[in-house]
Amino acid sequence: MHEMSIALAVVDQVGEAARSQGVTAVRTVRLLIGELAGVVPDALAFSFELACAGTAVEGAGLAIETVRARARCAPCDGEWAVGVPPRLACPLCGRATVELVSGRELRIAAVEWHDDPADPGVREPISQEG
Amino acid sequence: MCRVVELQQAVLAGNDAAAGILRGELAARGTSVVNILSSPGSGKTALLEAELLLARERGVTAAALTADLATENDAMRLARSGLPVKQVLTDGLCHLEADMLAGHLRGWPAKDTRLVFVENVGNLVCPASYDLGETLRVVLASVTEGEDKPLKYPTAFGLAHLVIVTKTDIAEAVGFDEAAFRANVEQVNPGVDVALCSARTGAGTGVLLDRALAAADGTAVHMPVMAQARA
Repeated sequence: MHEMSIALAVVDQVGEAARSQGVTAVRTVRLLIGELAGVVPDALAFSFELACAGTAVEGAGLAIETVRARARCAPCDGEWAVGVPPRLACPLCGRATVELVSGRELRIAAVEWHDDPADPGVREPISQEG
Repeated sequence: MCRVVELQQAVLAGNDAAAGILRGELAARGTSVVNILSSPGSGKTALLEAELLLARERGVTAAALTADLATENDAMRLARSGLPVKQVLTDGLCHLEADMLAGHLRGWPAKDTRLVFVENVGNLVCPASYDLGETLRVVLASVTEGEDKPLKYPTAFGLAHLVIVTKTDIAEAVGFDEAAFRANVEQVNPGVDVALCSARTGAGTGVLLDRALAAADGTAVHMPVMAQARA
């Protein structure tokens, strides 16, 4: 069960972002988890609560959105839901040269937080690519 | 004031960055890492014993790092090859991460060691998510584990550069259906090679060493469909 390691990484990154923005309380952390990410959402939610304890993220809720895995075959111009376990060969031509469009996400999409009204130095957030 | 901020950060970005740095550092030292994953009991250590002996016979500089929750039994077995071996005890952690491995590879093994075989913790779930800076990722399954193993652990098998079936000397006795296993691997990782071996008889044991050396020399490894999507 590596969900605790994942939860600690989430708390670290959100805590760091909150500090850099002068944020005092994080209300919600929104995660995107692909079907093929190899992460169990329930186990992650359990671990997240423990990982938050004593950090700037303590008390935050966790909103997990599961992302369906989809693949695409360029020659056939077809796209399909691969399911779990995934069917990754093209159902039309049988070729292996398919592209996985989604399903491996393990991403912090957004956070909802309270800015400190007493802190005039709050900057606009800078979008960071993962 | 309550505000929603788009972060769009990969959760494992820290590990991926550490793996990238390690890969670069290893390349500068002339070393490639082979990351070996399987369930407990699939025969990672037995296969590695055979590969290390072969490496020694052929004059290939190689070393092995083996990770377990407890005991140094595997390191003792591998050390019989006479090649450098290190045991990592994870203290209960179910997988290796790139920065942990980087710590263990600081100053070890000697510069210009061609290959470091990393025997990951026996587990087909958690280690699959962590890039260790490897050049080749190999997933093993023994003939006793059932032909549907690749379907039950699609992330592990789906991200493999090479799949090796172990304990083929008892395949007939346990009724192993090779065609079904191959079809299941193909479903989750189209195009990946499946090799057969028996550490006991020695059949097929050279494949891992050959593939590891080819990858270390820059021969392109199989690119799994699942590895193409980013977090």
